[in-house]
Amino acid sequence: MIQESFTAGHTQIHRLDPRLKILFATLYSFIVALSEGFLPLFAALVLSFLLIGLARLNIREVTKRVVLVNGLIVLFWLVLPLTFEGEALFYLGPFAVTREGLNVSARITLKSNAILLVFITLVASTSIATLGYALNRLYIPEKLVYFFILTYRYMFVIEQEYQRLVKAAKIRGFHPGNNLHTYRTYAYLIGMLFVRASARAERVHNAMLCRGFKGKFYCLREFSFSRQDLIWSAFMAIAVIGLAFLEWVKISW
Amino acid sequence: MGENIMVIQLENVCFSYPNGASVLDSLQFKLRRGEKLGLIGPNGSGKTTFLHIIMGLLKPSSGTVRIFGKLVETEKDFRIVRQKVGFLFQNADDQLFSPTVLEDVAFGPLNLGKKPKEAHKMSLKILKDLNLEGFADRLTHKLSGGEKKLVALATVLVMHPEVLLLDEPTTGLDEDTSKRIIHILNSLNISCIIVSHEYDFLARTTDEIYSIQNGIIVYDGVSADLHSHYHRHSAGKAPHDHMGI
Repeated sequence: MIQESFTAGHTQIHRLDPRLKILFATLYSFIVALSEGFLPLFAALVLSFLLIGLARLNIREVTKRVVLVNGLIVLFWLVLPLTFEGEALFYLGPFAVTREGLNVSARITLKSNAILLVFITLVASTSIATLGYALNRLYIPEKLVYFFILTYRYMFVIEQEYQRLVKAAKIRGFHPGNNLHTYRTYAYLIGMLFVRASARAERVHNAMLCRGFKGKFYCLREFSFSRQDLIWSAFMAIAVIGLAFLEWVKISW
Repeated sequence: MGENIMVIQLENVCFSYPNGASVLDSLQFKLRRGEKLGLIGPNGSGKTTFLHIIMGLLKPSSGTVRIFGKLVETEKDFRIVRQKVGFLFQNADDQLFSPTVLEDVAFGPLNLGKKPKEAHKMSLKILKDLNLEGFADRLTHKLSGGEKKLVALATVLVMHPEVLLLDEPTTGLDEDTSKRIIHILNSLNISCIIVSHEYDFLARTTDEIYSIQNGIIVYDGVSADLHSHYHRHSAGKAPHDHMGI
């Protein structure tokens, strides 16, 4: 299910304080998402590539994800230039291709890729467990953090349970088709999954009570903010301010 | 003197499920300090229910539960009990809910109010004691079935319980892991109740074996006797011959 294929490295980026990574990725995403100018957007994309290079991530794995997202973006390129109101650049049969439509599509493409790459570099290079505890340290509500961590822990168990149920159906000759029997079988399967998940939730809660759980989670991990982190936070602050500046002065293209 | 201190005492405990099916019927049970008891019984005979009542996870419909001589009734009473009574669940996946082994083992000590540093130290020590060095940073969901069980045992033992309850500790485990669990249990100097289907396992880990049937617990015999032929002593303590010997 979740491979966490980017967490294995030992680069500077991997060693950064996870709190810093989350904060920067979030801030950066907001700046990029709100930017309109092409200069800041291109600058952001270059920065994203730079970070990917520094983290020395597996290029094939990164490409797979980038291709997946850009597959969706192709749809925008097919629809927006034809439907966006504005000055017609040229005509495709009866349809007008507008300059504004092309601009919007290009912006979406730049923004999505820049944000995606930064999230892959900074957030996906941190293990989910560490992310959870870093969120906890960033004062994200405890309930949300533990919801996140427990979801991660039990997703695998629930997936196994799902696979068991599917196999049980298969070995008794179940072939999915477009008929009521198939829909009913899947409905039962999903229903059974919910029943088992809730029974498990109760057992897990009981097990927690038996180990002295009083409704409060304590965090074992201590994060330390190193000199390296300080240098990186300065760099990240400059990057964010720089992007905001490029957007703000609106150098026209 | 200290040997006869009653650790767990259940009197006239009845329990029935909401659908009306009675599971425990006026059950009497005593566990003295240092005793290691095995409990055997068919599926649905109430073994797990019995353990859950001791831990306060289920409320008996009637009867009393005394632990360390004190009557326990409310959730607050049981919270104190749970600090001294360790419970190993049948399914290790239910017990291990943290992403990494270290965090899971440290969960109990942190709940007991230990500082993170101390909890960290205690957890590493118990992992070392159970020969699970190097497991600290492993992800719990990626452990094998046997490893999960051993780590689950570590999460209970790290709290230094005075009594240990184990629910089917060897179900689904291979010979090797079973042996490791037997070795660990035999090296512990605490009172235990072990619920199992396997006479052989109980014979090697407990002093006396009881069975639960028709809602009550009855004495079966001394584990060592039962061990020599791995079957239930249907003749009880009455003198009898073993055919073919």
